[in-house]
Amino acid sequence: MNPWDILQTASAGDLILLSMLLPLAATLGNLVFRSMPNLRDGLTFIFTIAIFAVVTVIAMRFASGESFALDLIVFQPGLTIAFQVEPLGAVFALVASSLWILTHIYGIGYMRGNNETKHARFFACFAFAIFATMGIAFAANLLTLFIFYELLTVSTYPLVAHKENDAARRGGRTYLGILMGTSIVFLLTGIIWTYAATGTLDFVEGGFLAGKVSDNLLPFILALFAFGIGKAALMPFHRWLPAAMVAPTPVSALLHAVAVVKAGVFSMLKVGVYVFGIDTLSSTGASVWLTWVAAFSILAASIVALRQDNLKKMLAYSTVGQLSYITLAMAMANSTAALGGGLHIVTHAVGKITLFMCAGAIYVATHKTEISDMRGLGRAMPITFIAFGIGSLSIIGLPPLVGSWSKWMLLVGAAQTDQLILMGVLMLSSLLSVAYLLPVFARGFFTPEAQALHGGSWRERISEAPLFCWLPPAITAIGCFVLFFYTGEIVAFLTPIVGGANG
Amino acid sequence: MIEAITTFTAQHGPLLAIAVPLIASPLAILMVNRVAAFIVTWLSAVTSFGLAAQMVTITADGTVLSYAIGGWAPPIGIEYRVDAANALVVLIVSMMATVLLPYMRTSIEQEVAERQHTLFYACFLLCFTGLMGVAVTGDAFNVFVFLEISSLSTYALVAMGAAKDKRALSAAYDYLVLGTLGATFFVIGLGMIYMVTGTLNLADLGRRLAEVDAENRTVRTAYGFIVVGLGLKIAMYPMHRWLPGAYTFAPTTISAFLASTATKVAIYVLARFVFSVFQIDYPFERDTLQFVVLPLALLAMFTASFVAVFQQNVKRLLAYSSLGQIGYMLLGLTLLTATGLTATFTHLFAHALTKGALFLAVGAIIYRTGGPMMHNLAGQARLMPWTSAAIVVGGLSLIGIPGTVGFVSKWVLIQAAFEADLWPIAAAIVASSLIAVVYVWRLVEVLYLQPAREGAAKREAPLTMLIPIWVLVVAIVWTGFDADGLVSVARTAGESLLDGGFVADGARIIGVPGR
Repeated sequence: MNPWDILQTASAGDLILLSMLLPLAATLGNLVFRSMPNLRDGLTFIFTIAIFAVVTVIAMRFASGESFALDLIVFQPGLTIAFQVEPLGAVFALVASSLWILTHIYGIGYMRGNNETKHARFFACFAFAIFATMGIAFAANLLTLFIFYELLTVSTYPLVAHKENDAARRGGRTYLGILMGTSIVFLLTGIIWTYAATGTLDFVEGGFLAGKVSDNLLPFILALFAFGIGKAALMPFHRWLPAAMVAPTPVSALLHAVAVVKAGVFSMLKVGVYVFGIDTLSSTGASVWLTWVAAFSILAASIVALRQDNLKKMLAYSTVGQLSYITLAMAMANSTAALGGGLHIVTHAVGKITLFMCAGAIYVATHKTEISDMRGLGRAMPITFIAFGIGSLSIIGLPPLVGSWSKWMLLVGAAQTDQLILMGVLMLSSLLSVAYLLPVFARGFFTPEAQALHGGSWRERISEAPLFCWLPPAITAIGCFVLFFYTGEIVAFLTPIVGGANG
Repeated sequence: MIEAITTFTAQHGPLLAIAVPLIASPLAILMVNRVAAFIVTWLSAVTSFGLAAQMVTITADGTVLSYAIGGWAPPIGIEYRVDAANALVVLIVSMMATVLLPYMRTSIEQEVAERQHTLFYACFLLCFTGLMGVAVTGDAFNVFVFLEISSLSTYALVAMGAAKDKRALSAAYDYLVLGTLGATFFVIGLGMIYMVTGTLNLADLGRRLAEVDAENRTVRTAYGFIVVGLGLKIAMYPMHRWLPGAYTFAPTTISAFLASTATKVAIYVLARFVFSVFQIDYPFERDTLQFVVLPLALLAMFTASFVAVFQQNVKRLLAYSSLGQIGYMLLGLTLLTATGLTATFTHLFAHALTKGALFLAVGAIIYRTGGPMMHNLAGQARLMPWTSAAIVVGGLSLIGIPGTVGFVSKWVLIQAAFEADLWPIAAAIVASSLIAVVYVWRLVEVLYLQPAREGAAKREAPLTMLIPIWVLVVAIVWTGFDADGLVSVARTAGESLLDGGFVADGARIIGVPGR
């Protein structure tokens, strides 16, 4: 029997367990084989593939109607650490595990090409972060979600502080301070309040808070969740994300464009859909205030992004804005917008990881971080810059790239609830993203190179980054194009999450 | 054979848990050498631990055990009375002693003069006996006696730190003065309630005090004396003056043992007096707890943690952190609900593991580098990776990060605050744990992000130290996920205190039949 068949026949609980044990095994593998780089990285690569295979099988069998649930440990009387697969989680797990394969390849190229140190710790923490991500994706209740949410914070701190210099220490402090602070003060309070009021924390289709808490309190509890999920980077708790850019680029690419931040907005969607319930949110108007905060966050972050000269910082602020799209989708409380939010998790992930990996490739090849220094660089590194351009267009939301679909659904969602101002905000932010993303691409190809100080043009001194650094972004850029034609399937897969909701 | 032993221990467990270490104590002095003394000490701790574990399983369903010493029936004779609450405390004390002792054998090589080692073991056993006795006994005067046995031996143990740092002597003296004051207050209070009721048996006191007029001023005064006396032993803010010095200058294992057991036992005694002896429908008691002790607990959570942030001596940092954590335990108690008491007992256990692990890990660094200051810790992550990792896990548990036992107790405490509709208190709890993030992360940054001393070689702590540390670390993580048993036992303990199960008739009589 080949491994694929074994996965097809394995029991549901085993598969969920496997999806978390494999990254843990990868963590251990990295620590055990710390001094054998090729074996260590190769082994991890096999693990990345295996995890993706497991998650794919889970998603396929789930799509064919099988239900996946696993009660692991009784945490306290009445509370269990339990896992369950639902569409949103399956999609999130698929995105994270598939992009991990590419990021791992990229990470090998980046860490070696850049002469970074402490590879074993780096890749071990990376794998542990994926473990935490899987736990978040498959969590069946708020308790489980919170446990893995915090594990993700703790395990990514060493990655942010990786360089161990003053900048890294400062960045790490901001990162940890905001993420841990918001989660302890707001999120934990919100969760325990919910538990004290309802006696349960299990995610239920249509939510379980309605009727248990007075309607006047709902906006307040929602605020505890919205600001408590600091990973969603809702302003004013967004500062950790730019601060996290001191980390090596593979971390920024997978964790701070995909796993960590998406864990944030994913939790936000879960809370909106499975704790409050879209119907409850729309009938009580508990989330109206949140639409305005999210809208402000979108515009403010985009404007700040315009002013950044550091490429990674600019991308970070762009991420802050894009994440608020998903918060906004949840807060608008209608099913089209919620589906659009779910889809945006995928589309933004593919687009933004492309941009970050390109930024890293540029850094490896030229050690340049400032946008103003990159004039004419595109002609020396055409593949990297073309991939960057495609990723930019996808984030901006132009067809035929996948980013256009989620924006489209958000706009339709806003239109359905007659939120013309929010439609305006979405359009304006697209324009702003044109203004901050396209100049990088345009400068790379169309502006003449600055007078070279050390003689010769870029083309003579610089060539593409190593293969491992430019291939992954090229693949994700192609992915932006290919996925455009398959969004229908993703949306159909996601539809059950809004099962009983209006519209 | 085994069955015969377990039947015997089930019959005589409460007595044996005290008698074994008490007898072992003089034996330790008489032993020919240090190794033999250690073996005697450790075996008696292990025996007590086994007996405690048995008592926890027996009382987990709410059973109350009554053991009449010498067959003299209570309330005339002295009674040992065990319910889920004191069984849990006995378990904590004996568990910590069992885990600590192998570590102690290595660490006192540097910290205590060699000719004093056997005396050190004897003192430790006396202290251990005292703490166990306080927890097990059902007689108020016996509580005082055992409290003094443990305190007097603790003064000596703290003073033995003088071999390394002379300031241990003044710290021990501070502790002696304040500890004696506390004991005096406590015994004055006991005298007063004895005058009112004519009994010293705790359960009997509970029954009789319930019949005394609530306006009785003698009882009120007695209550005041007892709470203040115990407050000194607990290091309740602002009666904590002795604690930072004692924890800082005592030999590290003693700091670990005291931090994880001594104050916990005193908190248990307070809970016993508050809920079983005076009982919670006593209006004067309710007012005192809610308007005096509760604000003091909140104050401790913030000020003590805040002071911890600025310490350069890591042992002192941990000591101030302990003061803050004591605030959490008292807070749970003053909520006067079953969930609140569950939180207190869960936190007793959680903090014993956490602070024990932290003190031991810091002790291992002292063993290798010679000092407990921040600069001694710098860059140790590379030189002592396992010890440093233990400090990180312990620190996370102190903050209350999920996956550690600290999270479990914090969860129950916040839940208790919400159930009592006291959301400002819930807010205070989460806000004060942010301060813990700051001082824990200072340690993490010093360990991991600072360069080590020039030319320092990688030198992990010896295994005799590393294994006890990691036993505690594994326990922290394990109970962080699988806390069902812990919280259930803590809840039974809390309920047994609240519903008067300890006071009521119907305890299971064990031991020799009464005469």
